[in-house]
Amino acid sequence: MRPFEYVSPNTRTQAISLLGASWGNAEILAGGTDLLTLMKDDVVAPKRLINIKGIHDLHGVSSNAQGFHIGALTTLGDLADDATVRRNYPALAEALPEAASPQIRNLATLGGNLCQRPRCWYFRNGFGLLPKNETGKELAAGGENRYHAILGNEGPAKFVSPSTLVPILIAYGAKIRLEGPKGKREFPLEKFFVIPKNEGEREHDLRPNEIVTEVVIPPASDVRAAHYEIRQKEVFDWPLAVAGVALRMRGSNVKSARIVMGYVAPVPWPSPEAEQALMGQPINKDTAQRAAEAALTNAKPLSHNAYKVQLARVALRRAILKAASGGVS
Amino acid sequence: MREDDENQKDPNDSPEGPGVSRREFLKISGISVAVPLVAGPRVIKAAGQEVRVYGPGKVPMEFTINGKNYKANLEPRITLLDALRDQFELTGAKRVCDRAECGACTVLLDNKPVYACAMLAIEAQHKAITTVESLMRDGKLHPIQQAFVDNDASQCGFCTPGFVVACKALLDKYPHPTPEDIRRGLSGNLCRCGTYAGIRKAIAQVAQKGA
Repeated sequence: MRPFEYVSPNTRTQAISLLGASWGNAEILAGGTDLLTLMKDDVVAPKRLINIKGIHDLHGVSSNAQGFHIGALTTLGDLADDATVRRNYPALAEALPEAASPQIRNLATLGGNLCQRPRCWYFRNGFGLLPKNETGKELAAGGENRYHAILGNEGPAKFVSPSTLVPILIAYGAKIRLEGPKGKREFPLEKFFVIPKNEGEREHDLRPNEIVTEVVIPPASDVRAAHYEIRQKEVFDWPLAVAGVALRMRGSNVKSARIVMGYVAPVPWPSPEAEQALMGQPINKDTAQRAAEAALTNAKPLSHNAYKVQLARVALRRAILKAASGGVS
Repeated sequence: MREDDENQKDPNDSPEGPGVSRREFLKISGISVAVPLVAGPRVIKAAGQEVRVYGPGKVPMEFTINGKNYKANLEPRITLLDALRDQFELTGAKRVCDRAECGACTVLLDNKPVYACAMLAIEAQHKAITTVESLMRDGKLHPIQQAFVDNDASQCGFCTPGFVVACKALLDKYPHPTPEDIRRGLSGNLCRCGTYAGIRKAIAQVAQKGA
């Protein structure tokens, strides 16, 4: 790891003023489980590390009429043990203990989970987010792409968005709150993720001097939700496909649906096609299958990841059925 | 290229790393003896308030490890794991992957298991750090350690200290763990010899007898 200077501010405004107006010079240290690995591998080499864990009002959770507020520095471990999450957002409660390992969950924060960088091995080995060789040839498109994107991969970005929690958070209708020198911003969580078109662009709508402050999940007492992921290993593995589903029912038919896939595209991938397919329908094996087919109709696998299309379909079908049955697998 | 260029020392090889080299620092500071370079924090203004900036050189740090106080002068980039092993000779936590994956460096931070490689030492100050060294008391193995011996839960033994600490954390949280608790609770530790069956038996033994 290269040397850096370290500062631990106590307030948001201090942290924001310590960050630079461009990427590269300063990095925010929250849980650090991803950042330190990137620094050890020299993928990221900040001159200044800003530990934000001393900012007390970014920690912890609270509830009000708007919903459930999760401070960006709340660890995944604390969130997994939180009684409100278990009671009101059971599908999130199911996703949390599947994320990484206990040792990581005790350090890793929700804000960091949203801001973690892609696991693409080209990126992790210093070839950049949109990896090219010296002649300008794209490396992932015809290279080692078995874990790469099958949707949203028309541009140079072939990596997949790495958070396993984001699909179910988006399905629940979560919003993200940011703060920077120009004030606060709030928008639906799915808009936080963008597909970069040029090297140097980030995969998040986060300015270099902004910090993630909070995630807000609206009340979900009338929602039937489920999280489903497919992995090679039973535990502590990056998934091959993730699905987050939230259904609102009228009688036994779907009144509205929010369906989001993970690990299929450079961003979390909401599927209006699948949502449309379920509208007004009862949930059974056939309707779930039709929705899953609809979600993957536009999939364009790369040279080595056609298998992911079927995995994504299966993850989605199972998540829909699980949501309809009350979230019990 | 001048002939002597290739003999010049790569700044990356400097023990101080490529930032401010020791030589440069001596030039700047005018200190003429090679004492360990320790600088107090620099104070800068951020949002109108003073904040302390530490490093990139060595800064004084204090730790509470296994109930004892430890002091060292370390660069901010030193991980908790490297501080434990290289500064305090607490070599129970092992440096294997150094990438928050294998679990061999597991220690307790305020009684919760964490990877010591995934945390900077400077952040671990003022926290209660517990390493595997603290488990044995008065020459007697901790019940989890004894259970590892009784159930042949080690082969090469390199992952064992991390596993023992992870098992302690698991049993502290779930005194009578279900197979699901064990599966998730120990998912952050890897054993390349594959002694998982023995480790599961060791946990069952402690869960039955109580730790």
